[in-house]
Amino acid sequence: MSERPIHFYYRNVLHRIDGVPPTRTVLQHLREDLHCTGSKEGCAEGDCGACTVVLGELQDGVVRLRAINSCIQFLPSLDGKALYTVEDLTEGEALHPVQTAMVDCHASQCGFCTPGFVMSLWAMYEQHPEWPGRDVAIDACSGNLCRCTGYRPILDAAEAAYQHPPRRLERAALVDKLQALAELPALQYLAQGQHFFAPRSVAELARLRLAYPAARLLAGSTDVGLWVTKQLRELGDLIYLGQVAELRQIRRDARGLEIGAAVPLSDAFEALCQQEPHWLDLARRFASVPMRNAGTLGGNVANGSPIGDSMPALIALSATLSLQCGEAIRSLPLEDFYLGYQQTALQPGEFLRAIHVPTPSPGRVFRSYKLSKRYEQDISAVCAAFALTLDTQGKISEARVAFGGMAAIPRRAPRCEAVLLGQAWNETTLRAAQAALHEDYLPLSDMRASADYRQQAAAGLLERYWRETTQPSSITALWSLTAVEVAP
Amino acid sequence: MSTVGKPLPHESAHLHVRGAAQYVDDLPEPAGTLHAAVGLSRCAHGQVRRLDLDAVRSYPGVLAVLVAADIPGHNNCGPILHDEPILAHELVQFHGQPLFAVAATSHEIARRAVRLAVVEYAPLPAILDFDAALAAESWVLPPVETSQGDAAGKIAAAPHRLSGVAEVGGQEHFYLEGQISYAEPREDHTLQLWCSTQHPTEMQHMVAHALGWHSHQITVLCRRMGGGFGGKESQSAQWACIAALLAQRTGRPVKLRLDRDDDMVASGKRHPFRIRWEAGFDGQGLLHGVRFELASDCGYSADLSGPVNDRAICHVDNAYYLDAVAIRSLRCKTNKVSNTAFRGFGGPQGMFAIESLIDDVARYLRLDPLAVRQRNFYGHGPERATTHYGMAVEDNVAPELVAQLAVECGYAARREAIAAFNAQSPVIKRGIALTPVKFGISFNATHYNQAGALVQVYTDGSVLLNHGGTEMGQGLHTKVRQIVAQVFGLPVGQVRITATDTSKVPNTSATAASSGTDLNGKAAEAAALRIRERLAAFVAEQAGLAPEAVSFVDGQVRAGEQAEDFGALCARAYHARIQLWDNGFYRTPKIHWDVKAKRGRPFYYFAYGAACSEVAIDTLTGESRLLRADLLHDAGQSINPALDIGQIEGGFIQGMGWLTSEELCWRASGEQAGQLLTHAPSTYKIPTAADVPPVFHTRLYANRNVEDSIHRSKAVGEPPLMLALSVFFALRDAVVAAVGPDSRPSLRAPATPESILRAIRRGREEA
Repeated sequence: MSERPIHFYYRNVLHRIDGVPPTRTVLQHLREDLHCTGSKEGCAEGDCGACTVVLGELQDGVVRLRAINSCIQFLPSLDGKALYTVEDLTEGEALHPVQTAMVDCHASQCGFCTPGFVMSLWAMYEQHPEWPGRDVAIDACSGNLCRCTGYRPILDAAEAAYQHPPRRLERAALVDKLQALAELPALQYLAQGQHFFAPRSVAELARLRLAYPAARLLAGSTDVGLWVTKQLRELGDLIYLGQVAELRQIRRDARGLEIGAAVPLSDAFEALCQQEPHWLDLARRFASVPMRNAGTLGGNVANGSPIGDSMPALIALSATLSLQCGEAIRSLPLEDFYLGYQQTALQPGEFLRAIHVPTPSPGRVFRSYKLSKRYEQDISAVCAAFALTLDTQGKISEARVAFGGMAAIPRRAPRCEAVLLGQAWNETTLRAAQAALHEDYLPLSDMRASADYRQQAAAGLLERYWRETTQPSSITALWSLTAVEVAP
Repeated sequence: MSTVGKPLPHESAHLHVRGAAQYVDDLPEPAGTLHAAVGLSRCAHGQVRRLDLDAVRSYPGVLAVLVAADIPGHNNCGPILHDEPILAHELVQFHGQPLFAVAATSHEIARRAVRLAVVEYAPLPAILDFDAALAAESWVLPPVETSQGDAAGKIAAAPHRLSGVAEVGGQEHFYLEGQISYAEPREDHTLQLWCSTQHPTEMQHMVAHALGWHSHQITVLCRRMGGGFGGKESQSAQWACIAALLAQRTGRPVKLRLDRDDDMVASGKRHPFRIRWEAGFDGQGLLHGVRFELASDCGYSADLSGPVNDRAICHVDNAYYLDAVAIRSLRCKTNKVSNTAFRGFGGPQGMFAIESLIDDVARYLRLDPLAVRQRNFYGHGPERATTHYGMAVEDNVAPELVAQLAVECGYAARREAIAAFNAQSPVIKRGIALTPVKFGISFNATHYNQAGALVQVYTDGSVLLNHGGTEMGQGLHTKVRQIVAQVFGLPVGQVRITATDTSKVPNTSATAASSGTDLNGKAAEAAALRIRERLAAFVAEQAGLAPEAVSFVDGQVRAGEQAEDFGALCARAYHARIQLWDNGFYRTPKIHWDVKAKRGRPFYYFAYGAACSEVAIDTLTGESRLLRADLLHDAGQSINPALDIGQIEGGFIQGMGWLTSEELCWRASGEQAGQLLTHAPSTYKIPTAADVPPVFHTRLYANRNVEDSIHRSKAVGEPPLMLALSVFFALRDAVVAAVGPDSRPSLRAPATPESILRAIRRGREEA
């Protein structure tokens, strides 16, 4: 590795950045250094979407365009990529179809959130040559808050954009440009005494991890970004995982799925949903599209927050972790990874390499549910995952129940599982298991929910699971319900 | 060609979508600009024992530190009472109160520096909730009692009596653009301020007082805000004062842009209310007498709490005739941030009170709540047509509007279908509610109901327009532009609107109370008409016709057989020394308000609307979802139907947020008691696109303002927010379905999953 500037394309120009601190955000750079003020700061924590930009990245020789939050993305993470902002979309005075549709549908009022919506919808427009339907458009806007319009006209505009003559990004030239950047040496950036390493191989990562034991590992910066923008923390040296080829891989074999630690959540969920369709409800509600594009499954797991949404499900599904130190790799069940509040089994010099999710065994019935004040982009009050395996007699032969938001770490519910094991999966067992669940956890009260609610709702989720798996006609998910229909 | 009445796009839409609409933070910064940050109290109530700012001062890049003692003028930003310091001095009264400010060479340095302060407090007892405030009789303003008729006697004599308590939480504005002010010193002791503010004139006054200057030394400008919703009415001034003081001190331009968390902590919100009510009624639900105690959490200072609570008093009738009513209004002082204006301005809380009461009466009698609502509507006069504050309701359309909506949305049949669904659904329960809105239009304070405008026609026929209102996204500038274009018969593109500017149109009122178009539209029209009259007289004289024979249509000026391009006429008129610019002034007629007696005609007219919402709840978790909403709203003869529908839908969804997912939480105990815990969008949840109902119908009610408002339109900014009461009462309907038909479960707003689950559990325990 040799030191070199950060390289990325913006507005068809190759930008070479040197001398700015590695934790300068993309949004700060856009607004304060480049004086491109189209992207706005609404919250500086990735929750409002006014700063949404789109990144173009080579993946297997193909350009992938994805919306991200520029307010918590550090500038060096742009290395090797193409950045698109709202300023890119117009050609001279001619608006892009997404922009024209936003005007025609009266989709802006105060206009402050508008550039962010435009970019989220542009990413969708580029990803879907045909109108993908309203649900996809709603999901595409999941990271964008609007306080004025009530969203209906924005969703109308998302559809109306497809009624204009198409205007697509010219990708062929971009592939060449990005390929040229890929031939640069791996980024090793130093500014104001702070390193930013972006190794490209796991061997190099392992070496750096040992050579710089105090360096912080950085993946999607969806949490670490806030340490800088909100807590004003100094992060020291950073080792960025986003370029490590092995960590960006998803592998499938007969034993199951192996998801590299730096795989973005969007891709991870796609693979997990293929393996187990009941991931879908959780995947849809996990943060927002830009957060899932930047954030990684490995980051969610390794961060070890008690309210991380992927872990209860992964624990219920018997996921294991590959942890690497130097060349040594060890395997650890995820449920043994969490030792206490924000404490993990990760040793000095060690890093999370991959998450393994075994192939489902016959008879296993899985569900995961999230509870929060808002459907989209909220942090769980309670997150539940259930995986019961029923034998041929209908008895529970394996019980794995895990919760987030109920303890200092995401963890299993041993008393509840013990009550379930060996029993028929009927209402009597359910009621006993609900009672046992109360003994398993001593949740906290905070601004998301009271302890009392968490206990009661956790039991409620167990009942939902029971109903869905034994008498599905007795319950419908709110999100698939439609209004009653009556004759006019 | 008419421009008024057309669904034209927002005047800045083409800029919004390309990121080219400039907000204050987007303006190019003059060299030497400093950036400010504010140091906030970490104690809810206490004496400041020590304020050590040495480390702040010596932090590299810091050029100035400002404390209360440094303020040369008046340390106040309270708009009515002078009880709100710009910077706290010795006494802090809420957790998050600004104590000092710094100016530094960058935003980041300023933010880092303020964290280095060492502050010690001698804590005093803090009042943090209604129980404590009511027990201590802690008021920011004295209690107000008002009545009409013999409420106690009517309640006592009524066939049925009922009482209850209803609670509704506050609401953070969450304008997407946070508070920001940019102060630039100009020559000879003058200052120019670019601000995100709904009230440039008040800001001008406050800044002048703080600096010890006169108003003519301060110019405040605002091209647009990234949302306001009331949060930038009185409470944008504090930040302007700080920026101005730092600019005065350093002689350099100073920008103060609050970080989102600081903004949410240090700026006021919608007032939470605790309502006690008592009602006497007959077997059909007709109210004979009602009594309300309306306690509001005003926070630590008066701010606009007086008028907010007065408006709550004036809206406890909603659309219902109250024959005998007694109201006690308590303006509680707590050690929290001072609550302020928020879309509806107390009206929503007043309506929440009566709608809670009526819903309970209907449940008690086991009647359809809609039937009880309809039974209590105002009449069409002279009987049952006077409000409890003595104003005749002369424009009542609530009965017709509600009847039309009930038919169009299939209310009765859906209510039956929902009952059938609930009978066979053990876990998921549906609910439906149809609620009306009647909202008074005008500022309660009569003197605010005035406006000015300046219209300048250039010799090429292009028009530059300026008025006292501010653009926060509501489309005010779009509408006023349409109004002026209409006067001259020009396409709207020929009329350009400039930033609101206290040096162009002085002594303006806040853009608030939904009155922006009513007031400024009339003023701008008056200015344009004066110019047009001069032009018409000029043309008429030359053509030998009466001025009335001159018409201004399609960019042409016609007199008899002759037609002339508007621009060509302007050039000729200039050469003939005819004044091509003028101002206009408007004051709302008919209104008067006795603030002591709480009687009069505070409102020029009423705006009406109704909404029907269908929801579903999951009784295992308390989660809910809005499945369908049908809105019918009265915007009079709409000046711009597209903008009005935007206000209606946007207001409805914002109101839904207030009543469902938006919950403000404060730390209840410990050293940091009184700290706002929901101080960022990560913890404070406004609705997202997924919360929009899959079936969403919005229509304008065909109506014409009976008063001579601008083009017979009606104000539309605030009233639709209260359409969202239908969502809350639909949720309560679903909770009743879960608990049992005889129940009257107490559901606290916001109806979060936890609130709904608690209501179900308590309801079942009581059953």
